[in-house]
Amino acid sequence: MLKGHQSWVFKNKPVILAASAVGGPFESKGALAEDFDILHEDMWLGQDSFEKAEKKLLEEACETALEKAGIKKEDINVFLSGDLLNQIISSSFTARTLAVPYIGLFGACSSAMEGLSIGSLLIESGAANYVLAATSSHNGAAEKQFRYPTEYGAQKPPTAQWTVTGAGAALLAREGEGPRVTCATIGRVIDMGISDPFNMGAAMAPAAVDTIQAHFRDMERDPSYYDLIATGDLGKVGHEISGDLLAKHGMNIPEEIFTDCGIMIYSEDQPVLAGASGCGCSATVTYGHFMRKLREGELKRILVVATGALMSPMSYQQKESIPCIAHAVSIEM
Amino acid sequence: MSNKKKKKFTPTQQQYQQYAKQREPKRPVFLNCVRAFLVGGFICTLGQGLQWIFMTYFGFDEVTAGNPTVAVLIIVSVLLTGLGVYDHIAQWAGAGTIIPVTGFANTMASAAIEHRSEGYVLGVGGNMFKISGPVITYGVFFAFVVSLVRIIIKELGGM
Repeated sequence: MLKGHQSWVFKNKPVILAASAVGGPFESKGALAEDFDILHEDMWLGQDSFEKAEKKLLEEACETALEKAGIKKEDINVFLSGDLLNQIISSSFTARTLAVPYIGLFGACSSAMEGLSIGSLLIESGAANYVLAATSSHNGAAEKQFRYPTEYGAQKPPTAQWTVTGAGAALLAREGEGPRVTCATIGRVIDMGISDPFNMGAAMAPAAVDTIQAHFRDMERDPSYYDLIATGDLGKVGHEISGDLLAKHGMNIPEEIFTDCGIMIYSEDQPVLAGASGCGCSATVTYGHFMRKLREGELKRILVVATGALMSPMSYQQKESIPCIAHAVSIEM
Repeated sequence: MSNKKKKKFTPTQQQYQQYAKQREPKRPVFLNCVRAFLVGGFICTLGQGLQWIFMTYFGFDEVTAGNPTVAVLIIVSVLLTGLGVYDHIAQWAGAGTIIPVTGFANTMASAAIEHRSEGYVLGVGGNMFKISGPVITYGVFFAFVVSLVRIIIKELGGM
């Protein structure tokens, strides 16, 4: 339960019975393509809009997770989901398809870990036997809402990031086989006054640093406890900044265990500038790549710190700065 | 950053902003200029070539050849946008593909394609000028201001 100021320790250690990752065409050419359960060659997924395509991604991720766990959807007590589209339509429309009790979340790109931590808390408290936590993002739909039309020829700066087309879902249960969620740290909103939507890494890095510090302070742990500490979608620019900020605050995380999902997901030759972003980024890397490594025994204890930028297209047009958040979840095998 | 904007932020925030600024990979401004010059120049040369073709083979004069020339460039640009190629060229060429008439065609075509899913009226019709709208608004406004200035100077006996 509550430990320190903002961390939750789960004594019963909820189990991730199954997790799934679904991706699009760009992800299928990425560095982690093998870790996806389903990869689509068509960015539209045969739908007539990007928004419907995103919903389909999320639906597939949920179905795959249920299938892998061998659980019927009727057994799900709560479905937790969030995404980037206005009024989280991908999540709510998927909840309509699933027809299970549902709580919508909004934590921007931190939704994956927001869902996983709240889901674990629900299992821990006995409010649910099975929780499905999912999230999604779609490159076309996100660009359309937050930036320019996808075919518009504006040159992007080297700090820009590429929104992942993908969805991830995790099925949490009270008991069973699989990686276990041991604790979580809920982040504060941090705003250092960065207002450039093409430099999200620099905007979100201080939020990640704040949550990582809080986690180790609350848990009275040393970073060496983990085999891997991964931030959500800081990209190259934000990752370097976060490492330097942590060092400045006296926390030296060895380089070989400190990484970022936004750097891992794509390969070097893909034109993604600073790296990847979007809810789907930390979700697919955690639920696809990390889960496999945990199950295979390559990793034993990991800390995923999903980062989110809580701005809207309206807020940055009105010259507001970008408030950011990060939630950390510790997963152990 | 203007002073008014700076005042909103605490010293720690300002410090971080400066720090983040230093950590930004710099835009390759010189290289971008060279690329813009080459691609922009190429498009203009293409236009010049087209104009020559229309004048030599189709009986247009120097003034009237402008219309079909621009039309051809716009059609090519819209086609490349629809085929999903234009944005890739633009990431390399930068201002070289934005400034000429092809860039304007791209802004309209890309917005129209993007919002096709919301229907022809609210989607395509309502969003087609989303990016090019400001260009038209301020283009018309400044044309009005300039012509006003011209008329005043003329009335005062100048020119």
